[in-house]
Amino acid sequence: MNRNPQLNQHGELQHLLTIEGLPREIIAAILDAAAPFTEVAEREVKKVPLLRGKSVFNLFFENSTRTRTTFEIAAKRLSADVINLNINTSSTTKGETLLDTVDNLAAMQADMFIVRHAASGAPFLIAQHLAATGRDHIRVVNAGDGRHAHPTQGLLDMFTIRHYKKDFTKLTVAIVGDVLHSRVARSQIHALTTLGVPEVRVIAPKTLLPTQVERMGVRVFNDMREGLRGADVVMMLRLQNERMNGALLPSPQEYFKYYGLTPEKLDLAKPDAIVMHPGPMNRGVEIDSAVADGGQAVILPQVTFGIAVRMAVMSMLAGN
Amino acid sequence: MPTLPSAPELCRRLAELMRPHVTPATALVGIHTGGVWVAEWLHKELGIAPPLGSMNVSFYRDDYHQRGLHAGRKPSAIPFDVADAHIVIVDDVLYTGRTIRAALNELFDYGRPAKVELAVLVDRGGRELPIAATYCPHLLSLPAAQSLNLERDADGSLEFTVVEK
Repeated sequence: MNRNPQLNQHGELQHLLTIEGLPREIIAAILDAAAPFTEVAEREVKKVPLLRGKSVFNLFFENSTRTRTTFEIAAKRLSADVINLNINTSSTTKGETLLDTVDNLAAMQADMFIVRHAASGAPFLIAQHLAATGRDHIRVVNAGDGRHAHPTQGLLDMFTIRHYKKDFTKLTVAIVGDVLHSRVARSQIHALTTLGVPEVRVIAPKTLLPTQVERMGVRVFNDMREGLRGADVVMMLRLQNERMNGALLPSPQEYFKYYGLTPEKLDLAKPDAIVMHPGPMNRGVEIDSAVADGGQAVILPQVTFGIAVRMAVMSMLAGN
Repeated sequence: MPTLPSAPELCRRLAELMRPHVTPATALVGIHTGGVWVAEWLHKELGIAPPLGSMNVSFYRDDYHQRGLHAGRKPSAIPFDVADAHIVIVDDVLYTGRTIRAALNELFDYGRPAKVELAVLVDRGGRELPIAATYCPHLLSLPAAQSLNLERDADGSLEFTVVEK
């Protein structure tokens, strides 16, 4: 097997499992490929025939509405047939293993699996299994695995930053919130550092930071005001409900007081700073409504760009 | 090797072929990359009223699974209403006809035009589909191993080159 299991022997992207270790040229190629797809949505017929006749299986072992829907829209705009499997209510509850499920779907002539799983590494396991059983024509896209990675979210965030800020090599980017449990943050950090952003900051209470997070090439701030100073991009993370009442945080109100993005805190960033959020937002917990609905927020464009980026990823994988 | 025609001369002859048929409803759509250069020139020369359209047909090509998706292509832009328009698709070289097939498919995803025509600088034969140019000032026969490319230099002048595949 190759050193990087996502690439084929020609160095082309075969699966998208994580941004970590992807060459800068491939990330840039995906962002470049995504740009023409933004225009497809403005046509009378919002479809191009690139994936006509291909079967894309949305394999969601963990709940998600937004990510599943945007993958579904992206695949449909490429003219693929999309099959949504909500595994929570399906065979795994009857005892079927992950790889048995994959084998069954592969026997139904699947061309691509979009995988969301609560266990880190599940999409990698599937890709490895397909290669080991001679079915590596089937592509795998990680749509979020455990705390590990959410590469398409990371890529759509990079597309959004590039759209508004053009040049990565002059930016200060602050990632704020629950970095510890966030696969989104990990994908963002890998993408930002690979693309040459000179200053990536993470802002969080000590209880919500992974140990030795500095080794990912970020500067750590526990004081939000200090961390936001001079930032060009503020990327908020969702505080998951299940964390709020645990031992890691005193209360949502207190979290908002110290780490919620308010207009007054945002004023410390550059005047033209953009505010991003992967959704779904908890208004009044990690972000104030005045910021979420304000002129610096690019949260809804992120959703629109996400479809174009996912179209680009699927087209590149299917064509390589 | 056959003598290559002069691209600026062919542009002028193509414009004269088209001129009697241009109406206020006529719109041009160039195919990236060479076709857009020719279309830009024709648009000015013929005084076409609707803004110039351009198409990147790579999303519609039938050989995508051999070639893959090439990044960095410019997006399509059709800045006029396709419905009921008289549209002339402009390309540099007509060969197998597959690019034009893809362009027609793409164009119809924007609406239903009243009439679609095709203008090219050179028809090099070798058709694999029943497609013909409406306006074409030059026929050229080339071996299949050669490809005829239009290039544009820094000062904007156009020139044909032949490349061995």
